[in-house]
Amino acid sequence: MDAIILQLLNGLDKGSAYALIALGLTLIFGTLGVVNFAHGALFMIGAFCAVTLQRILSFSYVVEDPTQKDFLGRPLKVQTPYIESWFGPDFGSAIIDWSVPLAILFSIPIMIAIGFIMERGLIKHFYKRPHADQILVTFGLAIVLQEIVRTYYGANPIQTPAPQAFVGSFDFGSLLGFDPNVVIYPYWRMVYFGFSALIIGAVFAFLRFTTFGMVVRAGMADRETVGLLGLNIDKRFTLMFGLAAAVAGLAGVMYAPINAPNYHMGMDFLVLSFVVVVVGGMGSLPGAVLAGFMLGILESFASMNEVKDYFDGIDQIIIYLVAIVVLLTRPRGLMGRKGVMED
Amino acid sequence: MFGLNKKDSILMIAVAALALLAPFILNIFPNDSALAFFNAGYPDLMQRFVIFGIFAIGFNLLFGLTGYLSFGHAAFLGVGSYAAVWMFKLLNYNVVPAIVLSIVVAAAFSLVIGYISLRRSGIYFSILTLAFAQMMFVTAYSDLLGRWLGITLTNGETGLQVYNDDPQILLGNGPNVPHLFGLEMRAKEVWDIGPWEFTLPVGYYLCAVLMLASFYLAIRIFRSPFGLMLRAIKSNQTRLNYTGLNSKPYTLAVFVISGMYAGLAGGLLACMDPLAGAERMQWTASGEVVIMTILGGAGTLIGPILGSGAIKYLENVFSKLNEGLLHDWFGFMPDGLEGALVWVVSKFTGEGWHLTLGGLFMLVIIFLPGGLVEGGNKIRSWIQNRTGRGSPPADTASTPAE
Repeated sequence: MDAIILQLLNGLDKGSAYALIALGLTLIFGTLGVVNFAHGALFMIGAFCAVTLQRILSFSYVVEDPTQKDFLGRPLKVQTPYIESWFGPDFGSAIIDWSVPLAILFSIPIMIAIGFIMERGLIKHFYKRPHADQILVTFGLAIVLQEIVRTYYGANPIQTPAPQAFVGSFDFGSLLGFDPNVVIYPYWRMVYFGFSALIIGAVFAFLRFTTFGMVVRAGMADRETVGLLGLNIDKRFTLMFGLAAAVAGLAGVMYAPINAPNYHMGMDFLVLSFVVVVVGGMGSLPGAVLAGFMLGILESFASMNEVKDYFDGIDQIIIYLVAIVVLLTRPRGLMGRKGVMED
Repeated sequence: MFGLNKKDSILMIAVAALALLAPFILNIFPNDSALAFFNAGYPDLMQRFVIFGIFAIGFNLLFGLTGYLSFGHAAFLGVGSYAAVWMFKLLNYNVVPAIVLSIVVAAAFSLVIGYISLRRSGIYFSILTLAFAQMMFVTAYSDLLGRWLGITLTNGETGLQVYNDDPQILLGNGPNVPHLFGLEMRAKEVWDIGPWEFTLPVGYYLCAVLMLASFYLAIRIFRSPFGLMLRAIKSNQTRLNYTGLNSKPYTLAVFVISGMYAGLAGGLLACMDPLAGAERMQWTASGEVVIMTILGGAGTLIGPILGSGAIKYLENVFSKLNEGLLHDWFGFMPDGLEGALVWVVSKFTGEGWHLTLGGLFMLVIIFLPGGLVEGGNKIRSWIQNRTGRGSPPADTASTPAE
């Protein structure tokens, strides 16, 4: 029982990442009809926003501290971040410590701008081209973005720690009456899950309860009619692209402490997110979220030792197997609607 | 000739001449000249030209004719490699059973994967093939299948290779390297003519002959009623279905054929260098064959060969370039300018080759969707307009499939 709860919890944070990326993919797909192979790269850029902010905040200068001596007896040279000298050592180091949450604010304008430039500068010209061209150009863009990041940040993963306050684990089991330290869950992963639930809720609320969201939903159902009613649907769809990019970026920012960012993390997540979208049903936002959490949890159940005794390594391919089974039994995915992406 | 019309015969002969004379054409610069850097007549590189040519020709049959964009074709290449190495391990180093088995195994895999993936078309199809290929990559990389069966099937990340204690029941006194009935693949003839040095490797000629055979087959498929049916699927599948034709058997057939081409390419890779690794199946490898086909010109006969040659050649040249060499080249410039130029160019060379590849790929898709062939046609018709001969561009074998 405790093992099951533990795996359920472990699946939540990976499932959150899948759900957030799949949500953005579906948003872009539902509005613009484009499959964005560069979406994983946006996730990766989000994670590197966190890395960049951490580096910017830790810019330091060297001062000689006369009270300390190095082993040759000279005054010790100490690196002091500018932030600490501006805001005082305590507040300054707190800012550096909290750089990952701060990167949320830092990344939103960057990601929206990147989304805007991508849509207006590149993808706009591909609406009338075949699907294959859309896939290929975003694939090329993904390679370029990934390689640019590799050029500047190197090929190695960059550790990006969470704030000190979130280091350590929450003893979840003791709440439910299990022995202490059996069912534990890192604080940051709890934060990640809560954060992504918040984002998903916000996106749904935005689409459901605002006039803007209503127009967008109408445009997803029938773009032409909305255009004929005199509404500028293209402008709104561009904004949705920016929003989807921001969602992917935020998923990446918060994921940085869980998994040290490296330049190909986007590609690794992208393939699985596509599978998530297909299982959930192309063009269905609730389907994407549902399938994201479902597959994340399923993956972590498959990595239990009890399962591994029977099928060693099944956790690595379970998602693909489920996708094939779902596709054979329900070709439209779990919540796919009739008439969406049938061709 | 051989059931080809005149234009196709000329094309076939031209490709054959290029392939057979490649060791001379690619080593056109004398060895001691500064331009020798651009030579490409090494056995290893030439073999990759033709092997990836086969791979791209097969991929083009599927993508160019039917428009089904498979993003998991490298999986069949990888499977072919594994099958070939297993033949080396079980029988002996003769390449014939290895190549045959690699084609058969790739056909079996593509039959199963194609049967499921072809239930959907468009984007769904691309994602499904991608998912299958990624699943096969993970299975091979961690040797999951072998672990369940309790044997070493793909040997995980180390890669599959032949060990001394393998059965090799037919080995006898035969050579200990891949060979064709005693003719070793590694053997080569080196001709020194003046300052030039030409290498004629046996393995390359085997690959070239097989490439020509597959190219011939591709021409026949392009010109056959079957090929016409595939083009009909590309231009309007719904209409085809309304006329009462079931398109599924045609798409499945061409999917399996193109999988067999990939298997042949994988088998040949293993014959040139008897080991197989999972990284050949990674989805970036699938993306590479897509890039080759598009760069050359999807749906054209010669396009995939041009594309694979261009990509592999550029990969070789760009990866070899390092900062020292760049400093030599730009040495004639003022210091500051030279430094800046080298700094910029070095981001695109050596390690940065993939950045160049991605950028090149985007440029081709955006500005020249028909690839090099379309570019060539455009230049030709431009010249014809300039010279006043108003005749429409000649409709050669390079007509796109649509």
